[in-house]
Amino acid sequence: MTTGVEHRFGPYGGQYVPETLMPALTELEQAWLEAREDPEFQARLGQLLHGYVGRPSPLYLAERISAQVGHPVYLKREDLNHTGAHKINNALGQALLAKRMGKRRIVAETGAGQHGVASATACALLDLDCVVHMGTEDIRRQQPNVQRMELLGATVVPVEAGARTLKEAVSAAIRDWVTNVADTHYILGTAAGPAPYPAIVRDLQRVIGDEARAQVLEQAGRLPERVIACVGGGSNAIGIFTPFVADRGVQLIGVEPAGEGIETGRHGAPLTVGGPGGRAGILHGAYSAIMQDEDGQILEAHSVSAGLDYPGSGPEHAWLRDQGRAIYTAITDRQALDAFARVARLEGIIPALESAHALAWLFTSPSSELDIVCLSGRGDKDLAEAIAKL
Amino acid sequence: MSGPGEASGSERIAAAFTAARADGGRAALMPYLMAGYPDLDTSREIARAYVEGGADLIELGIPFSDPLADGPVIHAADVAALAAGATVTDALGVVRAVDDGVPVVIMCYANLILARGLERFADLLADVGASGLIVPDLPLEEAPATRAALDARGLALVPLAAPTTPDQRLARIGASARGFVYTVSVTGTTGERDANDETLPEMLRRVRAHTDLPVAAGFGIGTPAQAAAAARAGADGVIIGSRLVRAAGETASPSRALRALVGEFAAALAS
Repeated sequence: MTTGVEHRFGPYGGQYVPETLMPALTELEQAWLEAREDPEFQARLGQLLHGYVGRPSPLYLAERISAQVGHPVYLKREDLNHTGAHKINNALGQALLAKRMGKRRIVAETGAGQHGVASATACALLDLDCVVHMGTEDIRRQQPNVQRMELLGATVVPVEAGARTLKEAVSAAIRDWVTNVADTHYILGTAAGPAPYPAIVRDLQRVIGDEARAQVLEQAGRLPERVIACVGGGSNAIGIFTPFVADRGVQLIGVEPAGEGIETGRHGAPLTVGGPGGRAGILHGAYSAIMQDEDGQILEAHSVSAGLDYPGSGPEHAWLRDQGRAIYTAITDRQALDAFARVARLEGIIPALESAHALAWLFTSPSSELDIVCLSGRGDKDLAEAIAKL
Repeated sequence: MSGPGEASGSERIAAAFTAARADGGRAALMPYLMAGYPDLDTSREIARAYVEGGADLIELGIPFSDPLADGPVIHAADVAALAAGATVTDALGVVRAVDDGVPVVIMCYANLILARGLERFADLLADVGASGLIVPDLPLEEAPATRAALDARGLALVPLAAPTTPDQRLARIGASARGFVYTVSVTGTTGERDANDETLPEMLRRVRAHTDLPVAAGFGIGTPAQAAAAARAGADGVIIGSRLVRAAGETASPSRALRALVGEFAAALAS
């Protein structure tokens, strides 16, 4: 191939996977390079994003939040997408790609269930078999999404290993892919994993930022001072950041989960804790900021938000951090829950607990001229968990 | 660390395959154990039992929290070994329990190497007397620095080849191989299968076409009959993993049971 997608972002990224998968990664990269340039593929994806997902999603001036923080705050309403989160942008694109590659079976992981639902939805639409690996702790706390996936025809495979959350679900999905690689495509849900995944997921999610940038210029006549997004693996964040990276005056703020508090160790904030140039490691095929002990054993993450409950991070985020182009910070479970309830009453919008982290950071750091917050998903799935904890 | 006059790790691996071949043309037996499983002392006893049972080489797994290439049996052993407190240094120390005549090849995931630092990790391998290293999540593209660090110490970075690996890639793997080529005999993770994959003979033939080093088969070989079949299919060495790890977790005195079990595999390869 003449040009590829990025395998490395600075020192981060790479392909630390079993040999069995290497030919599949090469095939995937080649397929994506072709699809990305193919007007027919792009037209089909564009039609579905418009007619099926409901894009463009609104950029909404949240007046009551704005009044409280003292400056205009725009919410990028990914919660209004079909299936209720940004995850559908990527799942639909990758499912179309799988179909183009002749792969009939899809495997996916899910934490909060949003990527699992998005994958199950895309597979129903495109008539593909779908198997979603999900930790049993997440199955417990995201029950409505499990029922949704099953209704959509997907098989949800419970994962009992480790903390029974997203990390183990990703591992189980990769093992499934290793075993069934001939007829299976793995729809990785976040901008992490081995190359070419971080680049593919970013390419498919940058529609969030492309729209938001045009919308804010049209509605406010200027660029924002800050763009704020939550970061687990980092797919909604990389999606909204990417078109703003070249706008040097726009601050990019990634908000990780501080869980019970960074100092307790029970968090999911490797980008924040490591700091620029901090110790990195290999998890799920990529070298990036991760949570690990001295020996290099991967630590369990903790977050009230299942979608952020992950000890790794996308390699491009680690590189944006090291370059000083984006800032990563963290918000506790309690702060996120408070923001969840506060935004519900202020705006009549129940945000996903993941997105509530980005909103909570806004409330702690109100000094700005104009902000965009990526409201990456809606919070219906979180009601039982959040109400029990509020 | 091998000094002047001592055989390097790579040479010890080569000698083990040569000795097996000289012994009636048989394939070398390479049983796997998880260091620190069920605990460190017992894993040292198991390593010695492997030697007594007829192992030609030993593959020693270092427990890791997220073993992507491993199926449920070895994954559970990783978790148990870590829960029992095994550190990377402890786990590598199990090599010292093995008689000098039987080379030990370490199986270790990439992050454990990176966390310690490549040079320090390679020093430690040499110090404990390991002969080589297998890193299941370090494909060709990511391997050059590790290979160079091991080469500098006379240790072998053993690559893996998979059924999905195309010939052109096999050529590059063969050209950069040290010690032997670990041929993954199934498309999948480690774990016992009912029978060898029917494509194994063709797979071994393809690998052999691209290397002068011994070609060993592993993943999914769980019975003496499967081991013998893999040898007949052209493997110079046969690696037995999950079957033995399972036995280590099932019996009260694993070393005795494993000596007998390894003996059955050795007998199957000798006949």
